[in-house]
Amino acid sequence: MDMKRDYYEDIELFKSSTVLVWTIIFLLFLFTLPLYLPSYNIYLVNIILVNVILAVGLNILVGYTGQISLGHAGFFAVGAYGTSLIMMHLHFPFPAAIIIAALIAAFLGFIIGLPALRLEGPYLAIATLGFGLTIMHIIGRWEIFGGRMGITAPPLDLGIPNSSLSFVIKGDVQIYYLILIMTILLVIGARNLMKTRVGRAFMSIRDDDIAAEVMGVNLTIFKTMSFAVSAFYAGIAGGLYGFVVSFFDPFSFNLILSIIFLVMVVVGGLGSVLGAIMGAVLITYLQYDLLKNVENLPYLGGLLVAISKQWFTVIGLANFGGIALGLIMIAIVIFEPLGMFGIWIRIKKYWKTWPF
Amino acid sequence: MFEMLLIEGLAIGACYGLFGVAVAIIYKTSDVVNFAQGEMGMMSTFVAYHIMTAYGWPFYIAFPATLIFAILLGMAIEFCFLRPAKEPTVLGLLILTLGAEMLLMGLAGWKWGAEQKDFPFLLSVHKTVEIFPGFALNEWTIGVFVLTTVVMVLLFLFFRYSKLGIAMRATQQNENAAKIMGIKVERVFSITWGMSSLIGALAAMFFAARSVLDPNFMMEPFMRAFAAAVLGGLTSIPGVVIGGLILGIIENFFGYAWPEWKPIVAFVVIILIITVRPSGLFSKHYVKKV
Repeated sequence: MDMKRDYYEDIELFKSSTVLVWTIIFLLFLFTLPLYLPSYNIYLVNIILVNVILAVGLNILVGYTGQISLGHAGFFAVGAYGTSLIMMHLHFPFPAAIIIAALIAAFLGFIIGLPALRLEGPYLAIATLGFGLTIMHIIGRWEIFGGRMGITAPPLDLGIPNSSLSFVIKGDVQIYYLILIMTILLVIGARNLMKTRVGRAFMSIRDDDIAAEVMGVNLTIFKTMSFAVSAFYAGIAGGLYGFVVSFFDPFSFNLILSIIFLVMVVVGGLGSVLGAIMGAVLITYLQYDLLKNVENLPYLGGLLVAISKQWFTVIGLANFGGIALGLIMIAIVIFEPLGMFGIWIRIKKYWKTWPF
Repeated sequence: MFEMLLIEGLAIGACYGLFGVAVAIIYKTSDVVNFAQGEMGMMSTFVAYHIMTAYGWPFYIAFPATLIFAILLGMAIEFCFLRPAKEPTVLGLLILTLGAEMLLMGLAGWKWGAEQKDFPFLLSVHKTVEIFPGFALNEWTIGVFVLTTVVMVLLFLFFRYSKLGIAMRATQQNENAAKIMGIKVERVFSITWGMSSLIGALAAMFFAARSVLDPNFMMEPFMRAFAAAVLGGLTSIPGVVIGGLILGIIENFFGYAWPEWKPIVAFVVIILIITVRPSGLFSKHYVKKV
């Protein structure tokens, strides 16, 4: 939109002082959020932030590098189980455990990135889908992972457990601050990564992989790196998710979850960090709050219950969430392929020159 | 024991292959991977179930009515969701069909609930027929083999000799050239979706007769069938059926040896195979030109 005159303007974090001021105000709002929100909503906000981390990571792969992944629930599961199990059995402090788990996820991402070098489109979709299912079943079968019953997350200890350095975080509000700080760091990390040589290589692969290769971008390195970075983000998100919900079983990391992750990125807007954040916030809110008790909505809820009584079953109304998500996915592709970010850009353009 | 495992594997593999053909027909003609295929079959099966249980009509009325419903459903999805999308990307098409999948699954759950039901099908898995002395097969297996063979022969004749089949192949090869030659490409897509939905509904009814009927029951078979189609190469219809048979046999033998790993062994094999042969076993490797 606006012209860039030197390289520094391209890489700076905040485009103008207006953006900087608004960002600081928004961050202040986020840091004081527990003062005005009841505690159930803090739990919801925690899940939203976890999904923001994941969506930003998935966007690096799908939006910036142009690969498809239907297996991100697998990396998410590796993060969740890895962090909890390392803390339980090896008694590592939380920061070390989550980084090790995320690195394991990144390594798996590197492995799944290898076949991706030769596959594209539907073939890549089935390969990643198979990976996600495999992870789910392995976790579900092996006793060391807690089996089908699931596991409970250990106490979240930032220091070394059972010593004077122990620093246990309890409750939704304290976890909220931990997740918030990590989200901010990871979002800034993703934004900066896209402005480096690596990010530009990712984007060139998305736009045309043959042209990128001709220009000297090493496809092997950058495609697998994109998978690994994306899986790293998913691993961190998974590790945090485990402590937010505090109890999880392997079957919550199923194909539907992978689809919903992909929907967040597409609904938010491919190839933009802001879009991924908006998509994650919207879809998580819809899924965990609005569509969960759809019959309590004003006007629409009564209408839906009446329709259910007439033609459907009232008990099946719980499935309305799936219908709404499906319609959102279809509508986004048909009417606004750029997602919410595209809408945002259009609004911005319109008001920039208003009233002309 | 060996023959039993082999025949059962071939039967379930033929069913995967049949369902994979439904996926492949759409992919062949319009380059869309239809992730909603399983749920389209599920919806049709539920309609058959509803006609038989809620209205109490016999199977020979419910069956053709369901097939007509399946054709209309396929055409409706193409008309309402795919046609309005202007030049969607591969990812956009993926999201579109996944959206249709979630929509159909939600509708079925809303209407029929999540509890599992028995699907009253004409052919039972439990009744066996002795074909020649000392060799018995169950009705379901015979039905699958007969149906798959008939569908394959019909499809072969259709794509080889009928005007419409040739028009479909032309559309697949070059959409614009087909338009110039006077083929109504949009109508071809619509018919393709109807056909594919019909074949999918047939296979889905067989799957329902084997397992149970609930809104999620086609998810696993669909993924297997899709994997089988990828294994054989999505653009070759005989390849898809052979891929299905291979998958069925592998799965049945591994399932016998290590029952707890049965759900994933197919996927591991397929990931390994498509890593070596990225376009599947039986289709020509497509080289992208600049």
